[in-house]
Amino acid sequence: MTETAKPIIQIQNVSKRFGKVTAVDNVSLDINAGEFFVLLGPSGCGKTTLLRMIAGFELPTEGRILIDGQDMAGIPPNKRPVNMVFQSYAVFPHMSVTDNVAYGLKIAGVKGSEIKDRVAEALDLVKLGGFGERMPDQMSGGQRQRVALARSLVMRPKVLLLDEPLSALDAKLRAQMQFELSELQEKVGITFVTVTHDQDEALSMACRIGVINKGEVAQLATPSDLYEYPSNRFVADFVGSVNIFEGKLTLDEPDKAAVDCPGIGKIYLNHGVTGPHGADVWIALRPEKIYLHVPGEGKAVRAAAQDAPDGYNFARGKIKGMSYLGDITLFEIELESGARIRVSRPNLSRHDQEDFTWDDKVSMHWRADSPVVLLG
Amino acid sequence: MALFTRTPVAPLEYSRTLWMRLWVGAVMVFLYAPLVVLMIFSFNDSKRNVVWRGFTTKYYEKALGNDQLVEALINSLTIAALATLASLVLGTLAAVLLWRFRFPWKGAIDGTISLPIIVPEICLGVAFLMFFAAVGWPTDLVWPFNLGAITIAHITFCFPFVTMVVRSRLASFNREQEEAAKDLGASEGQVFRDVLIPHIKPALVAGALLAFTLSLDDFVITYFTSGPDTITFPVKVYSMVRFSVTPEVNAASTLLIILTVILTFIALKAQGVKAIAETH
Repeated sequence: MTETAKPIIQIQNVSKRFGKVTAVDNVSLDINAGEFFVLLGPSGCGKTTLLRMIAGFELPTEGRILIDGQDMAGIPPNKRPVNMVFQSYAVFPHMSVTDNVAYGLKIAGVKGSEIKDRVAEALDLVKLGGFGERMPDQMSGGQRQRVALARSLVMRPKVLLLDEPLSALDAKLRAQMQFELSELQEKVGITFVTVTHDQDEALSMACRIGVINKGEVAQLATPSDLYEYPSNRFVADFVGSVNIFEGKLTLDEPDKAAVDCPGIGKIYLNHGVTGPHGADVWIALRPEKIYLHVPGEGKAVRAAAQDAPDGYNFARGKIKGMSYLGDITLFEIELESGARIRVSRPNLSRHDQEDFTWDDKVSMHWRADSPVVLLG
Repeated sequence: MALFTRTPVAPLEYSRTLWMRLWVGAVMVFLYAPLVVLMIFSFNDSKRNVVWRGFTTKYYEKALGNDQLVEALINSLTIAALATLASLVLGTLAAVLLWRFRFPWKGAIDGTISLPIIVPEICLGVAFLMFFAAVGWPTDLVWPFNLGAITIAHITFCFPFVTMVVRSRLASFNREQEEAAKDLGASEGQVFRDVLIPHIKPALVAGALLAFTLSLDDFVITYFTSGPDTITFPVKVYSMVRFSVTPEVNAASTLLIILTVILTFIALKAQGVKAIAETH
């Protein structure tokens, strides 16, 4: 491991049990210095518990957590080199913005003149310069969150923990804050660890994402790897929208593979999957990677044939559902077998949505490198 | 002009319906008429306080010149101040303890802490009388130590009120604020001082007001616990009234009412009425 990718947080075989409930189950992962790490998972998966254990508000039942090489066992939250931005922001309502941001520095015994400078700097950083005298109840939710951010950043922590930082904001503001948080992280160079259940948020902000399911790490990967190369059905389904078909692996060679999916047909891949022959596997196919055609054009067949043998990666069906979303249109297509496939189609011209309507017969094809074979 | 351009009464605008106004009016009259009468008759130029015989302030002079009455008032105010202070500390600690921690017998303690509110005052009075007699509480101490027995009794029935008010305020406390403070480096003590106390401040003001007024006007328990030299204001007034209701009593009572109103006003002003309303 190189110096630049030194882990700032090491989580080693950490479990947390509340009575009989196991919230975190033997999790090990390293978070590198300077990265924007996101813990992604459905509610109740244990991601917040993990974050709270890093902050020191929960103690691991088993395992240990190291921050910058130092074991955190027995070190209370107020002595850890991390700071947290809470889901409710937890801005002190009886203190002005300045007093809120200065609080940690005052506790730490920093000199008055230095406090003033650092508070001003932190407020500028979160674009709240000039708001110092405001009281929290005179601010919007977004502004209060900035106060919470400044209050943590002013401490110059080694790691900044953010618990669902954008969940309370409306959609527009959330999109804006996603950019701002990434920008801020790059500017200050502090390691950010964020917890979220929102995949868009995770994909747009993270350097790396740890997907958590039922207290375990389901996959650890960069956003694009997570989306394009999910390692299991949970991740494929949780991150983005996906079609999952069950099938049997009938061909598996270094440069090609085939899966026979009952009700769908044969699916051909232009790479090997190294799975046991004849094993039950699952195919994950993203809706945007399926091309839709009016039947009889012959185009679909030809397109499919270009990189897959005849009869592969091709299906016919009827449009059973459509939802027009502006930038894309989602289709639900029923095959003759009764199986349904979700397809999304970008509206590249202003009349694209008029091409298809309910009960139209359509054919589909997808490229041989689009399906992902999942073994679990 | 605006008088004639009234908008129609909206469905939920009860305060503008006639019957509601009558009702509120009646409540106000029943509540305040006796007080107003008491105040008016404190200026009555008559020994017997039944018929109006002209305006005078001589009974105020007389009341303020009555050494026993003034002494009783000073006693009452001292007891009330001490009892309020002790109740605030004790009541707040009890509230925080019950809110924050889990410990054996918590349910039982939670249930019995408000017992002094429920138990009839006369029973408490008798209980205190017997208790202080049994432990041989000295009655010949110098002022203000001779007020000890009464003060202790007052603390006993005042602090549960503080606990109640503070607890209801604590229920609205966002625990993440406590964690945020700790996260920023604060110790338990600093969290208490910087985050918890500011949050419950309106409840502390409300609780203090409650304790102060409860202590100031308590008669029954005080009557049982007061020694020969420790007369409080309500007890003194009672003994004066036993002979006749003179305007002197009215004057003293009026002064007390004004004092209480001023105190309440100051407390509300200092705290903001809204903050106190929030606690209930």
